Amino acid sequence: MPPAMTDRRGLPGTAAPPPPTADVAIIGGGIMGLAIAYNLAARSRLRVVVLEASFLSSGASGRNGGGLRQQWSTEMNIRLMQESMEICAGFARDLQFNVWMRQGGYLFLMRTAATRAQIERHIALQNRCDVPTRLISTDEARQIVPQLATEPFVGASYNPTDAVVFPWPFLWGYAAAAMKRGVAIHTQTPVTAIDRTGTGSFVLHTARGTVTAGRVVNAAGAWSPRVAALVDLALPDWPARHEILSTEPLKPFLGPMVSVLESGLYVSQSMRGELVGGITLHEPKTHEIQLGSRLAFLHAMARGLTELMPILGEVKVVRQWAGPYDLTADGNPIVGEAAELPGFFLCCGFMGHGFMMAPVVAKYYALHLLGKETHPFFGTWRLDRFASGGAEPESMIIG
Amino acid sequence: MPRKLILCRCEDVTAQDVKHAVGAGYRTVEEVKRYTGFGTGPCQGKECLATVARAIAAAVGVPVSTLQPFTARSPLAPIELKHLAVAPAQAPGDAPSDD
Repeated sequence: MPPAMTDRRGLPGTAAPPPPTADVAIIGGGIMGLAIAYNLAARSRLRVVVLEASFLSSGASGRNGGGLRQQWSTEMNIRLMQESMEICAGFARDLQFNVWMRQGGYLFLMRTAATRAQIERHIALQNRCDVPTRLISTDEARQIVPQLATEPFVGASYNPTDAVVFPWPFLWGYAAAAMKRGVAIHTQTPVTAIDRTGTGSFVLHTARGTVTAGRVVNAAGAWSPRVAALVDLALPDWPARHEILSTEPLKPFLGPMVSVLESGLYVSQSMRGELVGGITLHEPKTHEIQLGSRLAFLHAMARGLTELMPILGEVKVVRQWAGPYDLTADGNPIVGEAAELPGFFLCCGFMGHGFMMAPVVAKYYALHLLGKETHPFFGTWRLDRFASGGAEPESMIIG
Repeated sequence: MPRKLILCRCEDVTAQDVKHAVGAGYRTVEEVKRYTGFGTGPCQGKECLATVARAIAAAVGVPVSTLQPFTARSPLAPIELKHLAVAPAQAPGDAPSDD
């Protein structure tokens, strides 16, 4: 899998101190932070620094299943994902990195009439937004995926234009393109404290020096409450472990990402031929980030997968790992400037779906920071909505 | 050096791929794993990890002893789904906080 060979500026060594000043300092070198940095650098001459506590892709951006879908329950998410799909489809051309995108669709199976009634409402909304989702019978689903068991599903929701990607190259692509445009990206550089100057700038302390920045973006995902605590800001999002596995590579046979709504099982075949998937395991609410792997997950996933497609019993699991979802009470993200802290911006709480949202969210985030355009999500997803009951809940949170 | 020297046989990662990753600034085993895909195939790095670590160390110019291996992923060897489907749901070895 050789990456594209072009002339690029590399990441600085971890001994290099970060620049002492910046216009915008982004905390978090996941896809959200890197994509915001790239979009800012591509549209302005602002001095942008990205500070990552570990390495690029060490958090949820490097641990997810790579799904891109437009089947959501709120118009905001449907329309954003339509635009994100377009950006992803042009990514290899625009950022010169192959992200192994494969548009095989998404097939959501349902077991109960109650789920079907809810999904029918989502499909009507998706169709109004020009997403070609259809409610299909179990027999039709079996024509798309002949390996499906004769388990008594009551139907399926199918959109042929959803897709899967290989997540890691997105980060290399955004990082390389951002650095080429002058962004300083520093890995192994945790921010340990944040002070404010008399003029309202932020002084970010790291082990290798300070960065004084006019504006800060907290794009630290599941770690964002810890970052916000450095400025005494309490965030309401919390982390939740989600486990995932990968099998040995198989000859291409599975067109769509297949998911069972009631169990939260999802599985897709990557361009590398592996099956990649997970299933919901109920976790007690905690503020600790737990990334351990458990036999309980392998057992639940293997049972779910072999019940769904019995022919997969012979397929071998080669690897399991875990990543943190960054959850909120209404299933929506937290974005925009913290009302009580001018200059401190939030971009977190993406519910385990930030990867697919990042290309479009980062574009509008950059336009907002540049004062050029403010997308409506800056109103809907603002932090202080939780005081008044939250936003319209997003119910299509899977995995 | 031959034009193509394969270090990771599962994923066809070459010595040149590793040098390229280091050139792009990815200097640790975890980063090079993700940049090249080495160690993500059926052997999960059991054949190639030490070889790739030496190649990274040589390209960076540090002793290989300064590098950390990547996090080992279970299962220890590839296991068929049908066996896992009937495995006990809990095991004493379930790790609480390894990442």
